[in-house]
Formats: sequence, structure tokens, C-alpha cells
Amino acid sequence: MEKRRSSPDTPDSSASLSAGMDEEYDVIVLGTGLKECIISGLLSVDGLKVLHMDRNDYYGGESASLTLKQFWKKFKGEDEPPASLGSARDYNIDLVPKFMMANGQLVRVLIHTDVTKYLQFKAVDGSYVLNKGKIYKVPATDVEALKSSLLGFFEKFRAKKFFVYVQDYEENDPKTHDGLDLRKLTAREFFEKYSLSDEVIQFVGHALALYRDESFYNAPALDLVLRMKLYAESLLRFGGGSPYIYPLYGLGELPQGFARLSAVYGGTYMLAKPDAKVVFDDSGKAIGVSSEGETAKCKKVVGDPSYFPGKIAKSGKVVRAICIMSHPVPNTNDSASVQIILPQKQLNRKSDMYIFCCSYSHNVAPKGKYIAFVTTTAETDRPEAELAPGLKLLGQVDEQIFDIYDTYEPLESGSHDNCYISKSYDPTTHFETTVEDVLSMYTRITGKILDLSEKDLNQASAADE
Amino acid sequence: MATPGAGGNLQAKLVLLGDMGAGKSSLVLRFVKGQFFDYQESTIGAAFLTQTVAVNDVTVKFEIWDTAGQERYHSLAPMYYRGAAAAIVVYDITNTESFTRAKNWVRELQRQGNPNLVIALAGNKADLASKRKVETEEGQSYADENGLFFIETSAKSAQNVNEVFYEIARKLPKAAPAPQPQGLNLNAQGRTQPKRSCCSTS
Repeated sequence: MEKRRSSPDTPDSSASLSAGMDEEYDVIVLGTGLKECIISGLLSVDGLKVLHMDRNDYYGGESASLTLKQFWKKFKGEDEPPASLGSARDYNIDLVPKFMMANGQLVRVLIHTDVTKYLQFKAVDGSYVLNKGKIYKVPATDVEALKSSLLGFFEKFRAKKFFVYVQDYEENDPKTHDGLDLRKLTAREFFEKYSLSDEVIQFVGHALALYRDESFYNAPALDLVLRMKLYAESLLRFGGGSPYIYPLYGLGELPQGFARLSAVYGGTYMLAKPDAKVVFDDSGKAIGVSSEGETAKCKKVVGDPSYFPGKIAKSGKVVRAICIMSHPVPNTNDSASVQIILPQKQLNRKSDMYIFCCSYSHNVAPKGKYIAFVTTTAETDRPEAELAPGLKLLGQVDEQIFDIYDTYEPLESGSHDNCYISKSYDPTTHFETTVEDVLSMYTRITGKILDLSEKDLNQASAADE
Repeated sequence: MATPGAGGNLQAKLVLLGDMGAGKSSLVLRFVKGQFFDYQESTIGAAFLTQTVAVNDVTVKFEIWDTAGQERYHSLAPMYYRGAAAAIVVYDITNTESFTRAKNWVRELQRQGNPNLVIALAGNKADLASKRKVETEEGQSYADENGLFFIETSAKSAQNVNEVFYEIARKLPKAAPAPQPQGLNLNAQGRTQPKRSCCSTS
């Protein structure tokens, strides 16, 4: 779109003193949640002039990580958390907890933008799945499937063949397809070929391929296979017990990292703008953002749903229990960090439930403390009660708080009104859907597709130093 | 945090703070590249600059973070301070306002709660003596009261610029706490190709 500016705003350049509300921008971004910060960073790197505002006086919006003091204030309305929970500043409690696939899209975006420089990550210890009331380590390869007590004796051998097919499958190499056209064959037909039991299909679909409902059965099997391969490749990448990684000090570091990227490329940051409001012209197109009596002009406005009343529709309700514990989640081999997926069929529900646990090993809690989250899409009028099967797996907890919120999505794409609105964060405990939304927004805003392909990735790594 | 490396090597994150126009970027550029421009524009896209100095058998590799303009509307993120081993708070000796705000930045740093942080207070633009508004004694006595290391510098004439960084490098090993847990660096990791296990057949 616009060309790269040669003279950016810099802190010490006298020419830049005016970059403020009286300027005209290419894009104004509202809200400093992760999605908005990634977009802001990508657009600034593209050379667009970006103003980024937030109504809060802190970064992160819904994707912030809170100290225990902030957390207590938000959920309990009290200033001082109990001393028994340890040092309040050693806590970084995510509002929307998620793990990153080590080889997934978010890691690609981080490497593509070099934001990895600002962050440190650690592998997540375990990835588990619920089956008949018990939790099992998710087997991701043929070898693990043979070892897993999740599978019965005869199932193991059928599953092994299935895993070997998936591991060997290369989309561009017909020799590996064994005569199957996965673009046409449905997942259901694919499973039938290997006579997989319903239980195997459940963990393959929900814990490996990370589907959130049963619609994948009737979709082409290719997507399933690519998702399974992503899981297996991510598992190998850092040699941990799970395919997931997580930043030290919590997810709140991610929006800050992308905000810094945006600032380094000339983006202007204004926090604590509680009255920031989109301004429209007579034809209903967004033309700027006003705050404290001033209006900054722009061509496009980007932001989270909370800044666009009237342009969003409710898409669901998320219910989450946030627990502070003094022990790891039982039956996870003392994992200091773990994800457990509870497939919907196991609970007779329509949507999956997710357990996410993190601790001092990722610097999000004091030594000896664990933060566990149980999350799902609310399906009834008593959402707290729906979490019971997940909470049961945690054992004794020191503190427990429920958070229930509506999720929203935009009514329009942005092409008519210049408003590019992100979707609320879903209940999944991974980022794959988050990045999909960001990539879609980026394309709608710029008309370009962000190339995160393998070749691009290797170039980015090679260019580093 | 200053992180011990192999032998007598330390790696240390150093953050710059101070008013717009005090000369933060100019100090870094003078130190790292030996350059000075009257109208400085920082390199676009520079995440941070690195420079290694050797003092008393110890080499210190500084990872120097500039504010990228995020101080302008008080929007520096907590990440900026996270893990910093040292900070240079810069003010302009010809501007009393910038000295007042330097004190605010020092308080902000103290709020971060890292008792081992080495803080230098730099009164910059010392070459503009005729326009001086902040006396050397004022800077020195504020620094003494707050346990900071004080020096007057000129990025333009290079006066005392290296000295700031060398003095910090001297203080770091004494202040360096036990190393923090280190995480993965995503870029540094080789990309493992999915391997097939030895016993798989197809």
C-alpha cells in the first residue's frame, strides 16, 4: 500500500514533536490486546503511520497478565490479597490463558517480525486428554501410541498404522498418499479405513488436531492430517513433553513485544484514553478517533469489539474458573505447566473444556504456587456449574474465582465503514484461532497476504545476526 | 539481570530513560558507533544495539534498549524494565524541566523493585555550558541522596560518554544477582525436521 517513510518519528528528533492527536494517520488502532498489537506492529513495519491507543493505563486489554494485586482488585474489589498467597508482584495471571504451538502460526509471526528478541519462552511440560474420567498423556506418534495406556491392545496396532500414514504424508508428494485423495476423502471415511474406535477419534480430533466440535468428521481429511502434523512437528521442535511453549512472565509480554515493534518502526502510543471514540462521517465511514476534545484523523480504524458498539454481534459466552493452588494438577507427572483437553463427548457437551496450568517455572507465580484455569463455552444458565468436571481434576485449591464474559464478532468486514474489528478471544487454550483472525484482518486492511511460509521463516532466522 | 556467560563474560540489559530531546539516542549512538548528528533520527527498526566493553578481566556485553518514543505519552511497557541490569537516566543540563522529569524516571525505576539495578544519572549536553540551567552540584547531590552514579556528558563532544558505560560495567559484577531462569530463544533453535522413528514401516 503506502511506501515506507524515510524519516520516522524518533524520540530525539525535533521534527517529531508534533506527532499527536492533531496529526493524520494511515491507521488508528484501538485497544492493546494481542491481536491489535500484532496488527499495529505489522502495519508500522509496512511503513504505515500508526497511532495506537488504549482506554486503560496498561498494555494488553483482555490479553494482559495481572499481578495478584491487580487481579484481586478486578475480581474481588479488594486492595490487598491474602498474605498466604505469597508475594503479589511475583504473579502474572493471564486474563485469557493460552499456550503457543512451538511450530504454529504465532511463532511464525514472532520470527517473521523478530519480536522473539524481546521475549523468552519455555516449553510446556505436558499435554493431556480426558478419557472416561481419567487423564492420559496425548500420544502424538506411532511409538507413543503403542506405549499409551489410552489405547487397547488391538487399537494400538490400528492406530500405529494410522499415525505412520500421517507422519509420512507430504501434501506435494503423491507417492506418500497411498492412493488416497485427502482433498476428497472425508475425515470420517479416513478413520473408517483404519477402523479407529470412537475414543481414538476423539483424542485425535480434539487433542491433536485441536478441533473444537464435531464438524471435522465431514470435512476433507487433509486439514486433519496437516493439523496432526503440526502437533507432531511442534512436539519435536524443543524436545519438551508437549508441543506447546509459553513466555516467561506470562502472555502479557506478547502484546508489549509487538507494541514495541510498532514503536520502533514509528508507531505512536497513547495509553489511558478512557473516552477514545471512533468518529464517522455522514456516510457512516470512520474518519478518525476523538479523545479529550481532540480528533486524530485516519483512513482506517482497527480495534477490539469493545470500541465498536453497534458494529458487533454476540457470538457466545465464555466461562472460566481461575484457581491458585499449592500443588501441580494431579496425575500429570508433577507437570509445572500443562494443558488438558476434555473432549465434549466425554462430558456430554457441545463444546470442549480446557485446563491450563502454569506456575513459578514460567515466572507467573511465587515458588510453590500454581495457577490453573478451567475454561469452556457456556451452554447453560448456570455456567459455573458446567466447569465441575474440570475443577474435579484439580483437587484442593487455595483460591477460586469465576470469570464469565460474552464474546463478540464484527458484523462487517470493514470495507464499507473503514472499521476493522477483531473477534473476542475464544475459550481455546492455544493461539491457532487467534492468529487466523489476525491474518484475516491484515489482509482486509492491506489487501496483502502475510507470507509466513517456511522459506520466509528460514530467511528470517538466517538474517538474524 | 546481568547474566554470567562463559568465563568472565556478563550479558547485561541496559535501558535508557529521560525526556524527549535529552539526548538518549545520541549518547547510545556516540558510544556504539562513535557518531553524532545535530538532528538525530534513530535507526528505524533497531530493536536494540549491542556493545561489548572489557573492564578488569570481565567483558560486559550491553544490550542497550532505547525508548522508541514510548516515553512520549508515558506509555513505556513493563517489559522495557523487565530484566534490566542497568539504567541510564538522561537529562539536558540546559533544561530544568528535563531534570525534574529525570527525577520522576528515577522514582519509576525504584518502583520496579530491583535492588540490584545499577542506575546512572547523566547530565547531557555539557558542551552547551553557556546555556546551563542545572548546576553540576544539583545533579550530584540528587544522585548522592538516591544512591545513583552521576556524571555530566556530551554526546556531541564525546565527553564522558564511554565513561558512563565503563563505570556501569565496573559496578555490574558486584551487583549481579543469581541468574534468572533462562528461557528458549526461538531464533537460536535449529528447526528440527520431523523424524520418523526407527521401527515405523509404511
